[in-house]
Amino acid sequence: MNDKKYTIAITGLNNIDSPGPGVPVIRGIKDSDLNARIIGLAYENLEPGIYMPGLVDKTYLMPFPSTGSEAFLERLAYIHEKENIDIIIPNFDSELYLFIKYSEQLLNMGIHTFLPSLYQFEERHKDNLSEYAKKYNITVPANKAVVNSKDLADLPKPITYPYYIKGKFYEAFKVNNYNQGVFYFNKLSAKWGLPVIVQQSIKGTEVNVIALGDGEGNTMAAVAMRKQYITDKGKAWGGITINDERLLEITHHIIKETKWKGAMELEMIKTEEGDYYLIEINPRIPAWVYLAVGAGQNIPEMLCRLALGEKVEPKETYECGKMFIRYSWDLIGDISDFEKIIVFGEL
Amino acid sequence: MSKLNSIAISDNGFLFKPSTGESFTTNEIGLIILNLLKEGKTHEEIINSIMEEFDVDEINAGRDLYEFLDFLKKENLID
Repeated sequence: MNDKKYTIAITGLNNIDSPGPGVPVIRGIKDSDLNARIIGLAYENLEPGIYMPGLVDKTYLMPFPSTGSEAFLERLAYIHEKENIDIIIPNFDSELYLFIKYSEQLLNMGIHTFLPSLYQFEERHKDNLSEYAKKYNITVPANKAVVNSKDLADLPKPITYPYYIKGKFYEAFKVNNYNQGVFYFNKLSAKWGLPVIVQQSIKGTEVNVIALGDGEGNTMAAVAMRKQYITDKGKAWGGITINDERLLEITHHIIKETKWKGAMELEMIKTEEGDYYLIEINPRIPAWVYLAVGAGQNIPEMLCRLALGEKVEPKETYECGKMFIRYSWDLIGDISDFEKIIVFGEL
Repeated sequence: MSKLNSIAISDNGFLFKPSTGESFTTNEIGLIILNLLKEGKTHEEIINSIMEEFDVDEINAGRDLYEFLDFLKKENLID
């Protein structure tokens, strides 16, 4: 066994009601044989992961990706100089573009990532889902990218009410009439930019898959889950691993056809007739990743090893009927820790 | 009965369908019916077992069986 201690930097420490994946990713790594020093990268000074005892060895505040690549890379270079980072696992959709774009530069610095290519990242965008589906022979609900709220009055058939209106990166709302559509369009476009995506609502059960592709078309890991409890923000608060062969077949098909590299989450609807509609591909580890770890597939560990160029054997099975239930927990912190994050940007 | 064989059935009457993640509960009669169905017993044999086990007549035993089979079909637990 390789005893080298790796320094692994992880974003997404916002373990809030719409949780980022950072904390469960760290838990996965800590459960593994990897000897790791964990560096938290936070965007907000109250991200819970910063303060959770025994979770991160050190946290640094990062500038928001929207401040531009220069400030972003400068900050990473500063942190790297101090910490000598071996691997970074970015966990936010909004930061992925920068990490993918500069992955070569990061590698030259000695920082490994395991991310999809820019082409793979762009191709699966919500506003391109129809083209994506056509190219790779996948079924998706009727959808349209909208750049002007007036377009909502004249949506192409077969889109009818109710439909979902979705932000470019995050958030989705169910829409039952035109006025509601305009209201949410304005809200989503102001927050996440354009386009806003309209997607036909499909009646059925939401089923998700977390998967890991090696970039050569092979599925290294895949675990299917059914949400058992969904919050008002549409997030899973409880879920159970399922043995849905067709769902896993679709996952293997997508990874094989796209030669997907890195982690992904497929969000699908299974109808009563047994049809599967792909509603979204998230190009990163989802927040429920610790369920996959609990079911026997430590995807964070596998991703780290792939990033380091190690040979990794694909995981083909997992335990069915494993459940996760989220909970909230009040941490008691000290003002001095908060002060360090505010004043020095690190803790 | 292949669908039924994929269902995990506990002694407490808790049913778990691994392909969908759905779970159900059933009572003692349901549990006996399920186990007999899994053993490949005929409806007549199951009705006889219910009559013996619960001391009910054929009409009531039959009603219990067919109501339960309707439930299993509705939940897609049997073909």
